Parts: sequence; structure tokens; C-alpha cells
Amino acid sequence: MSLRYLKDVVTLQLDEKKCSGCGMCTQVCVHGVFAVNEGVAHLVDRDACMECGACARNCPVDAVSVRSGVGCAYAVWRGWFRRKKQGGDVSPACS
Amino acid sequence: METGAGRVARVSTDITLPDRLGGWGVRWGINRMHYTVAAGLYAVGRPGSHSPVLVSANYKLTFDQLRRELAGRDVWLLVLETFGINVWCAAGKGTFGTLELINRINRTGLARRVAHRTLIVPQLSAPGIAAHEVRKATGFRVHYGPIRAVDLPEFLDRGMAVTPAMRRARFNLGDRLVLIPVELVQAWKPSLIVCLIILLVSALTVRDAKLASLLWTGLLPVLVYFGGLVMGSVVTPILLPWIPGRAFSLKGAQVGLLGAVLAALVMGSTWKGVDLLAVFLMAPAVTAYFALNFTGCTTFTSLSGVEKEMRIALPIIILVFVAGFLTWTVGIPV
Repeated sequence: MSLRYLKDVVTLQLDEKKCSGCGMCTQVCVHGVFAVNEGVAHLVDRDACMECGACARNCPVDAVSVRSGVGCAYAVWRGWFRRKKQGGDVSPACS
Repeated sequence: METGAGRVARVSTDITLPDRLGGWGVRWGINRMHYTVAAGLYAVGRPGSHSPVLVSANYKLTFDQLRRELAGRDVWLLVLETFGINVWCAAGKGTFGTLELINRINRTGLARRVAHRTLIVPQLSAPGIAAHEVRKATGFRVHYGPIRAVDLPEFLDRGMAVTPAMRRARFNLGDRLVLIPVELVQAWKPSLIVCLIILLVSALTVRDAKLASLLWTGLLPVLVYFGGLVMGSVVTPILLPWIPGRAFSLKGAQVGLLGAVLAALVMGSTWKGVDLLAVFLMAPAVTAYFALNFTGCTTFTSLSGVEKEMRIALPIIILVFVAGFLTWTVGIPV
């Protein structure tokens, strides 16, 4: 039994050249996506990412990027309509 | 209590009957958006200048779960204004955020009450909090504590050490079960509208003008709809890890199909070809829809994944449901 979502869809990117090896990403990630090896962070389970954005927000050297938002059908649905109204790219959020 | 820098309210670690009733209520959607405590600094026990500072949200369900784990300890609680939203969701919205934390530290005069410069912040608030920015602005170091409040006693006793298990999000049967009531309560209003539409369209297809035949035509789709609601919002979440596949709509469709098979077995020869076809189309479609809706409750679905699934699954769900509905109301053109 496992709870894993779709493969090869997440927008998570890690620039290992920028990484300082501080390990904040490994502390904030709730799905064990990162691991630090020999002073550099690596993506060890990219498909487990839920795009919450915690790693990018807490990376002091901006080595991580992700289009963060909530994986919620209702929020996505409302986001589609809001985007049309405002004409911009609005990340869906709850309520 | 009196401290060097003014009075602070002390909170009990006991959970009383009103707390339990209130907590049960919000799980059923009662007063859910207004279940708050005032933001600010609180004392548990008799904290001093070396006592740990725990940061949390002002959703009372969160606040209660936190203080319950702190019995017999002397700690400070810094409660942020998250407008009654839990830590993780508030962090996603940004209300449990860097700015609010910095402002709350300054407004409560925390720096004058404690000698150390460490804040224990829930790991789930990390989407909203930039630890390095908080440190730059206030001098306080953000130490991400465990995800779950129940792990706090062990965390505090081990000198604020977090085990790998404390860092990982779970979605156990119990975690899933508590979310089901609100899903059902929230589905109630849109469901009434859907059923009215079903009855209205059924009325258009009824050949005679008798109320009885209208109700009879509308009855089956309405029953299938509510069956799908239960299969998608109750059965699918409970069986979630054991249903094959990754896409929620696919998981739901399988449960819906199983439900249709069971219903067909119960109805036996009462259901003819048209009835069977209609039910076998509508039930999986409705169940898939409500299963897809459950993505927002989970701890592991991503925005990109849900967007992709919706783009593919929603048109299919709508088409299949309409096909089943028309099969039942208009009949199969022979």
C-alpha cells in the first residue's frame, strides 16, 4: 500500500551549483524529497513533491524553485475562473 | 501572570467538555470558520527567561491539540493571527508567514521576556516562513519542530531533537476519517442544486404530465448521485491506499463500478438493459468526481498533478455522466 500521486508532473527544480549544503530543505520537506550528500543537496524522490513551497521559501541561496500551491481540485477549479476574470496567472489557494 | 515586561495570560493544559464539543462541532462544519483564540503571547505553567517558545496558529482546534501536549511544562506560546485557519493551510495562504511572525515577536515584546533567541516553529508552517529572513529581522533563530503536536513531549525531552519520523507527513486511516464529515456537510448545498437540475431535465423528458412519472424518472439518477457521493467521499477516502492506481478519479471510478455491480446484484431482474447501462455509466462518473474532490484533503497531492488530472478526467466524467443520464431519461435510440 502506498499513497503516491502522479509521476513526472511537479515543477520542483534544484540548482545544485548554487546549493550551500545547509540542509534546510531536508528539514522542511514533509515527503523526504531532498538529501544532502557531501555538502550538496540532491533530489532523491522528486515525484513525492507536493509543491508546498517550503523548500524554496527556506532556501537562503535561492537554489530551489517550484510553482507552489495547493493540490486541491476545488481550488484549481476556482483558480481557472479567477484567472479568466483577472487575466493574470493566479496560483490557486484555499478560499 | 506577571513578567518583567507586562502581564501574560496563562493557559491550562486541560481539555474540557466544551473544548471537546467545540472540536467535534468544527469537524462537522459547525462554527468552523470562527473557531479562534486571540493572537498573542501565552504562558503554560510558569515560564521564565530560559523557557522554550512554541509558535502556533490561532485556530482553536490547533491551539487545544498543542496545549494538551504541554501538561506539566513551563513554556511560552506565541500564537499568530491566522484567522482561525490551521498551521499548514495558513502557511500556504501566507497568513502564517514571515511578516506576521516578525510583527508578533515585536508586538509581544518577546525579546525582553526571554534571554535566548530560539523559536520552535511547526514544520508545517515552512511554506509561509522564511527562517533566514526571520533571523535577519528579529535575531530569533527558527527551529523547525515536529509536524504533529503529539511528538512535542518527546521532542522537548530529547533536547529539541527531531527524529526522521517526526518530519514526515502521514495520511493514516484516522487522519482520513476525521476529514470525511466536513466533506459531506460541504457537499450538501451543491447536491441540492444538482438534484433539482436532474429533476428538471427529467421533467422535460417525461411523456405524460403526471407528477408520479416525473418523480420516477428523476429518482434513479438522484439515488445514483447520492450513492456516488457516499462512495466518492466516504468509501474511496477510507480505502484510498488499497485502491490500485494513482489518479483519484481512477480510484473513484473503480469504487463506483464496484458499487454499480453490487446495486445490480441487489436489484436482480428488476433492472433491464437500459437501467443497467445508465447506472454503470453514472455511478463511476459521480464517484470519480467526488474522489477527485478529496485531493484537497490529502497530504500528498501537488497542484501540477491535480491540474493535469482535472484537465483529463473532468471532461470524461461529465461526458460519461451525461451519456448515462440521457440513456435513462431519453432511452437508447434503436
